[in-house]
Amino acid sequence: MTENGDVTPLVKLEHVDKHFGALHVLRDINLTVSRGEVLVVIGPSGSGKSTLCRAMNRLETIDSGQIIFDGQPLPAEGKALARLRSEVGMVFQSFNLFAHKTIRENVTLGPVKVRKVAKDAADRRAMELLERVGIAAQADKYPAQLSGGQQQRVAIARALAMDPKMILFDEPTSALDPEMVQEVLDVMVGLARDGMTMVVVTHEMGFARKAANRVVFMADGQIVEENTPDEFFTNAQTDRARDFLSKILTH
Amino acid sequence: MDELITHAPELARGFLENVKLSLVALVVSFILGTILVAMRVSPTPVLRAAGMVYVNVVRNTPLTLVLAFSALGLSDQLGLVFSDQPETNSFWIVSLGLGAYTAAFVCEALRAGINTVPMGQAEASRAIGLTFFQTLTMIILPQAFRAVIAPLGSVVIAMIKNSTVATAGGYLLDSAARMKIIFDDTGASIPIFLGVIAAFMALILPIGYFTGWLSRKLAVVR
Repeated sequence: MTENGDVTPLVKLEHVDKHFGALHVLRDINLTVSRGEVLVVIGPSGSGKSTLCRAMNRLETIDSGQIIFDGQPLPAEGKALARLRSEVGMVFQSFNLFAHKTIRENVTLGPVKVRKVAKDAADRRAMELLERVGIAAQADKYPAQLSGGQQQRVAIARALAMDPKMILFDEPTSALDPEMVQEVLDVMVGLARDGMTMVVVTHEMGFARKAANRVVFMADGQIVEENTPDEFFTNAQTDRARDFLSKILTH
Repeated sequence: MDELITHAPELARGFLENVKLSLVALVVSFILGTILVAMRVSPTPVLRAAGMVYVNVVRNTPLTLVLAFSALGLSDQLGLVFSDQPETNSFWIVSLGLGAYTAAFVCEALRAGINTVPMGQAEASRAIGLTFFQTLTMIILPQAFRAVIAPLGSVVIAMIKNSTVATAGGYLLDSAARMKIIFDDTGASIPIFLGVIAAFMALILPIGYFTGWLSRKLAVVR
């Protein structure tokens, strides 16, 4: 589970709290993510799992507590925050590919503008990554010309192009037509096998069983249960988790 | 009809001045308008406030006052002089004043455009490590601009027509000023009116069609 012998956690959340107005979305969250670990976060909607995921690259600020990434507290703003974000990939529910740029440009923009990689080197790398996610033939199209599943695979390639230390997936398959879910999950399983550190907010139990090292179950802004996927799905410890599982597994 | 033919050369020279004033004002208004909209959406409260004050003051002041203030206040009183030649100085005062005025409208059109760009675009941009400025210039503004090409066309059209109040800023060589001088000499002439109107329509109608075509061609498909 650890890469190159570094056993310090990649991410550590300590007593993290956040409110949206009167709503207490994150309640005293304590969580670590190890290097190379694939962590799946599940829970009912409104449980705070997306907020937790987005807080890890500070797309959401937190009210109190702290988040440590790779030994450093998350920077509050400015260049330091931009640098942190360049090291943490993010894949969104709604893909968010840059609509006015081609697929290739979507993948090369970060490396060229943030990492200052030469244009042709970034192009070559982009094509490798697009090859890997199976979209190389579409490199010169615009996002709107691709299916949802293809767009999401491009979004994964865009994240990979930054050589991130971790990738956050915020419900990556929730906006997809059912027949496109598998192609995205296959890419994610491949990444997990290659040792990428991943935090995945999802309802895809198949993915959690196949690729996750650990499942975190959230409800009402709290982490209610943490376990291995097998233990969690077959032998959940809390009523809250059993209730949730019964609703999503029975049909 | 004879008077139009007689005075056509000087009216044409005047019309050319309207075109020149408009070209300078176009460049100034787009650059300044873009800076203003960047201020208005920036995370820094001071910049946001400054942008808002500028837009609200300038947009709500009559253009004739903006130009008169530029000429009498900024140039005569405060010594903002671009040239020893009074005519050249007036040209710059009026064109820059018109540009500064139009910038407020360009800013607001672009701000409407920014509102058409989904939040996720900025989030994705920040998530790969682009700074606020890079996100604005590479992701948000290009899409915002494409969304408001047609309204920007209307702003440009209004600006070209506004160049005919150059007199308010002391510039007396444009077509409207020359027309007035001719009328003072010879009395009002309907053919001259129609001739000047035709010239403006010949310039402006294609702009309307062009921006309509361009906005369809460059529309961002989502």
